[in-house]
Amino acid sequence: MSSIATTPETAVEGGRPAGMSMPLLGMVLFIASEVMFFGGLFGAYFNLKAEAAGGVWPPEGIDVHSTIPGIFTVILIISSFTLHAAVNSIKRGNNRGLVRWTVITLILGLVFLAGQLYDYSTLDFTIRDGVYGTLFYTLTGFHGAHVFAGLVYLFIVLIRASTGQFTRHSHAAVEGASLYWHFVDVVWIVLFLILYVLK
Amino acid sequence: MTTHAENIGAVSSKHPVMAKKPSPIMDYLTTTDHKKIGVMYLWFSFGMFLVGGLFALIVRTQLATADGSFVDKDRYNQMFTMHGSIMLFLFIIPMWSGWGNYIVPLQIGALDMAFPRINALSFWLLPVGAVTILSGYFTKGGWAANGWTAYQPISGAHQAAQSPGTGMDLWLIGVLIITIASSLGAINFLVTIFKMRAPGMTMFRMPVFTWNIAVTSILALLAAPVLMSALSMAFIDRNYGGSIFDPNTGGNAILWQNLFWFYSHPAVYIMILPAFGLISEVLPVFSRKPLFGYKAFVFATMAIGALGFSVWAHHMFTTGAVLLGFFAFMTSLIAIPTGVKFFNWLATLWRGQLSFPTPMVFALGFLSMFLIGGINGMFTAQPPIDYALHDTYWVVAHIHYVLFGGSVFAVYAAFYFWFPKLTGRFLDERLGYIHFALTFLGFNLTFFPMHMLGLAGMPRRIAQYAQNDQWEPLNLVATVGAFLIAVSTLPFIYNVLRSMKHGAPAGSDPWEANSLEWWTTSPPPVYNFASLPPIRSERPVLDMRLEAQARDRLAAETKLDPGTAPA
Repeated sequence: MSSIATTPETAVEGGRPAGMSMPLLGMVLFIASEVMFFGGLFGAYFNLKAEAAGGVWPPEGIDVHSTIPGIFTVILIISSFTLHAAVNSIKRGNNRGLVRWTVITLILGLVFLAGQLYDYSTLDFTIRDGVYGTLFYTLTGFHGAHVFAGLVYLFIVLIRASTGQFTRHSHAAVEGASLYWHFVDVVWIVLFLILYVLK
Repeated sequence: MTTHAENIGAVSSKHPVMAKKPSPIMDYLTTTDHKKIGVMYLWFSFGMFLVGGLFALIVRTQLATADGSFVDKDRYNQMFTMHGSIMLFLFIIPMWSGWGNYIVPLQIGALDMAFPRINALSFWLLPVGAVTILSGYFTKGGWAANGWTAYQPISGAHQAAQSPGTGMDLWLIGVLIITIASSLGAINFLVTIFKMRAPGMTMFRMPVFTWNIAVTSILALLAAPVLMSALSMAFIDRNYGGSIFDPNTGGNAILWQNLFWFYSHPAVYIMILPAFGLISEVLPVFSRKPLFGYKAFVFATMAIGALGFSVWAHHMFTTGAVLLGFFAFMTSLIAIPTGVKFFNWLATLWRGQLSFPTPMVFALGFLSMFLIGGINGMFTAQPPIDYALHDTYWVVAHIHYVLFGGSVFAVYAAFYFWFPKLTGRFLDERLGYIHFALTFLGFNLTFFPMHMLGLAGMPRRIAQYAQNDQWEPLNLVATVGAFLIAVSTLPFIYNVLRSMKHGAPAGSDPWEANSLEWWTTSPPPVYNFASLPPIRSERPVLDMRLEAQARDRLAAETKLDPGTAPA
């Protein structure tokens, strides 16, 4: 992953060879814990799917369409690329590029969240409708909450970027945001596959 | 041996950082200093130990005689739930976070933790979690009442029987807050240990306590989030009409147990590995020998951590829903690295110049008591035996021999060992011996009879039992022991409060120990180290002491016989 490239200020620390900077290592470990959190949720999903009454999954009367979520999935994937462009900009010292690509990423993220809410409004089952309903809204809801957290994080990055706090050599927060955003993106791709494609 | 320390002291009193003094309360409320945060952890978790102990006394009072009626059955359920929850989530785990916070940066020669503000957040989330759990008292139905394991769906909204009240919801939220604190703390420890070691301190020159905190942190980092997911789903079940854990609506009650124990079995190692580390610091110092088999010890720690993720279902043998052979086998495997550690400890003691100050006495108490906890655990790990002993007092005896005989004895050893570093003063030895004697006696009186009670078939978590010649005397003995444990904390508390002001001055390295925390002054200055020795082994302070001795001897010889002095 090129976004974990070494920056000069982390190159030598106490005479030991360079590695990931401390903030980035913290973010990687945080993401590891997030993987385990979603692992628990996915574990519950597959466990209950395997034990579904009569082996029918999703249960009778539950209808999910993949067209609208499919469109928003593409939007979220694109947002990972735009954020990657933002990181590449600041690595070249291009602060205006950082601001521009971060704004675009923020807008794409907002569109995704709005799309998810719209998708919720078209579904005719709720969190109370049996085990599938609970799992569906728990999984997508926790993912949506993570997207929201990512947007808050990106917004802070945007404010800091537009006040010129990042330089070519010092932009750990941008790289951290980017790692986190890619992670949220990957979780959604897995979710999309298991909820909409490989039902 | 105090010259380096005196130099540091001279610097610290003139240093501008030390010059301005905010009010102590504001100072502690806003501090990001790992030492102050560590001390707050210690105060907080010891306070929680006392609170959890009060709940235990109520439980034991109820069970002292047949047909006990000290509290009603609903309240009794709340008592043992709160006892377990507080002792595990708010005493032992934070207690080791506290020692880790104070000691790890000092042991690796760092200025502070990697993320000081996140460190403060991890601590301050704990009182929030504690208040959340304990505020259940003020809700209808009182505290959560279905054990610290919170098995679903008896704690679900659909069942009226067990813990339907708001107290259970507050428990879920409170534990969620605590596990968030725990995983943030784990990230902080890992980055600190990976990134902030002093020049020359390779991973295999790290003190064993730091190694154990590192492995503990990996466990907390990967296990705690799984519990968070389970807590979230249980909360959704109870409050938003979900049905994940309720079989009546297509859910799976065993799923909760799987997720819960996927955290809570590694959590046992989160509670005991730092104790292993502490013991491995104490035994070499008071045997005047290096730890036998440093690398084997470190690898054994890693092996326990790794195996710890593959044994969770041994808590669930009697559900009939798990692979008995696999989990029994994996559980038995853990005896091997644990046996390696015992071998390391005994070989460290072997032919050492043993001395027996209080930290050593508690460490030896740990060795003997934890051994019993390990052996009775091996019995419980075998499914045929477990089917007979599951949910009896045998299991209660086992968990207490591991977590009290193990962790608590080590916590006390840590207090006697590191108190001079924290305050610059010794704890009183005589009070310490009294403390040890009372604790050791009270502990065994309380928990040894529980083995017999378990074999006699007494189930855990019952509020009352009928007249029974075998159960009643043993229960009475256990209750007497419990009160003795309560009494045993008094000399300790008095000792700590008194010695903070009036203890014998200790100097920077009172035990002639090995690791870097003994290089700096006691208490250490805000910036921890004015200078660091060269680190060429896992015992840099010993190296420097030997070097100084060699220099002195050389100087003396030179004086006696100038003719033979080397060029």
